[in-house]
Amino acid sequence: MSQSEKYRANPPAPGMAYMSAELKKTIDLSESTVTDDFDERSWDMVVSLGLSRQLTTGKTLIELAEAGHDDIVVCTADLGRPTQVIGFGQAYPDRYFNFGIAERNMIGAAAGLATMGLTPVISNYSFFLALMGVENIRNDICYTNLPVKMVGTHSGIAMGFYGTSHHCCEDIGALRAIPNLTLMAPCDGHALSSALRTNIKHPAPIYFRAGRGREAVVYDREFDFRIGGSNTLREGRHATVLAIGNLVKAGLDAHDILKAEGIEITVVDMYSIRPLDLEAVRAAAKRGPIISAEEANVTGGFGAAIAEVIAEEGLGTRLTKVGMPDAYAVLGPPTHLYRHYGLDGEGVAAAVRKALKA
Amino acid sequence: MPSRAVRNVDRSLIRDKARLIRRETVRLTDICGSGHYGSSFSMAEIVALLYYQLLHVKAEDPRWADRDRFTMGKGHAAIGLFPVLADLGFFPSEWLDTYSRMGSFLGDHPEMKKVPGIDFSSGSIGHNLSVSVGMALGARLKGSPARAVCLMGDGEMNEGQVWEAAQAGAHYGLDNLIGIVDINGAGSDGDPQQTLRSEPLKEKWEAFGWNTIVLKDGHDIDLTFDALNRALNAPDGRPACVLAYTVAGKGVSFMEGTWQWHLGFLGPKDIERAYAEIEAGEIG
Repeated sequence: MSQSEKYRANPPAPGMAYMSAELKKTIDLSESTVTDDFDERSWDMVVSLGLSRQLTTGKTLIELAEAGHDDIVVCTADLGRPTQVIGFGQAYPDRYFNFGIAERNMIGAAAGLATMGLTPVISNYSFFLALMGVENIRNDICYTNLPVKMVGTHSGIAMGFYGTSHHCCEDIGALRAIPNLTLMAPCDGHALSSALRTNIKHPAPIYFRAGRGREAVVYDREFDFRIGGSNTLREGRHATVLAIGNLVKAGLDAHDILKAEGIEITVVDMYSIRPLDLEAVRAAAKRGPIISAEEANVTGGFGAAIAEVIAEEGLGTRLTKVGMPDAYAVLGPPTHLYRHYGLDGEGVAAAVRKALKA
Repeated sequence: MPSRAVRNVDRSLIRDKARLIRRETVRLTDICGSGHYGSSFSMAEIVALLYYQLLHVKAEDPRWADRDRFTMGKGHAAIGLFPVLADLGFFPSEWLDTYSRMGSFLGDHPEMKKVPGIDFSSGSIGHNLSVSVGMALGARLKGSPARAVCLMGDGEMNEGQVWEAAQAGAHYGLDNLIGIVDINGAGSDGDPQQTLRSEPLKEKWEAFGWNTIVLKDGHDIDLTFDALNRALNAPDGRPACVLAYTVAGKGVSFMEGTWQWHLGFLGPKDIERAYAEIEAGEIG
């Protein structure tokens, strides 16, 4: 049965449908073609993008520009709307460069802009930025150590049934092997804003690994998004979940699930993937088993980085890696995929239980 | 975008500097035992005209904000640029003697973080026209008279990214952006036109919206000056592309027109022949 047939046969209660009039009221619909004549469950791109509320790049950059950062220029490759920097382009058209679907050229041009004393921020889907552009990122931005900031959105399997071409699980493994590059993962809108605000003047390249903008909110305010930093969000004595991105919220959910069972865990948002907060890893190792959690390939990814620290420092604790297996994801809606791969609260809780039994 | 003054330079000086490029290419290659003779010789007149007559740079202030930018898509010919930068005073000429040695700043491809006067690192073919697009956009945004000049190879025309950059340059109307294609007919596997045809280049660059100037002989100093000067100093709202037809290995008879000397090494007997021909040559 198709979605529209399902709606027709069994109308969902108000508020239960994915799209509702209430939800639409919360979005700027000035550019939408969907009027009141439409079924309330219909939506166009404007409505959909309006719900990607955690993609705060454009909003934050406008605030920074208003505060006097007239060196910020924004680059995208036909993804200004989906990655939510279009607003910056509308506010500062002469400092917004849409390079069309030509990502490698965009990366090179951003490097060129940086040599002219400007502060380029690239905003693009992560798979076309980090995976297609990895050689350009390496040669044009990192080898040259230029202060280009990159925001790769929709990382991991956030694109669900769009399929493997639109998934990005290999970016951490690829990027953390590139010298001069700092790699960080803001897990929600406040984190993304913090990431940009704290680091916009950092004199070297940074890649921010962001989601699709529908992430559950973890932070109710901005914070100091330090290179090499982390945030301990819950404290418990039995085990530690070191998480990034969507898995931070999953870690918090796991904390609540396990608490009811008498298991107390520490949950740390390890937003700085490279360099890692080594103290946080050492403290976790003292506590007991470590569970790394990421929406990325566990081979070469964040968990692998944690494993390196444990092994090299002889920390002598067991590591359980939660993440994408070393395989291409099956196809499905993101929410189902997260459940399937154990990238939710239940999945992390199960990994903690297993680690404690081992 | 404004044009910039052209220095009054005698043709014999350009000839001398092109000779310097060829001579030093031979000498530096002799230090490491392998070098891109063909690619360096084919661009000698172009580079000499750019640096001694057309480009605005300051050796005493290599990071001068308003300097013209020069990038090399064909970074493997940097061996021909280093002697010019040393001659202009960007770095001590003794650096040249360290070419390719452990820890040297000078290697087969240029490094911007190490070598004063190098505006961008390269080596991966096809990147630098994009970088130059960014430089030209940045210069315009900053109201700088700087122009971004990118020297590419003919094999480089096979790189898709070049055509991405070509679209961007035209789309943004960057008439402070100049591409030069050194069409010397030599690549690692032979003539690029045989390896993967990129011609007709004039029609392609024109179709991409660039002011396309065909330079029939990139070793004729007058013709080359005229083409480069038109590209740099006659802005018309479009980026300019000079298609410079050159001869690989120009200046040493047994290298001329061959792909075999794209990369090579000259033993003691042959190096003397090469030096002698370079000194005796009256190219352009």
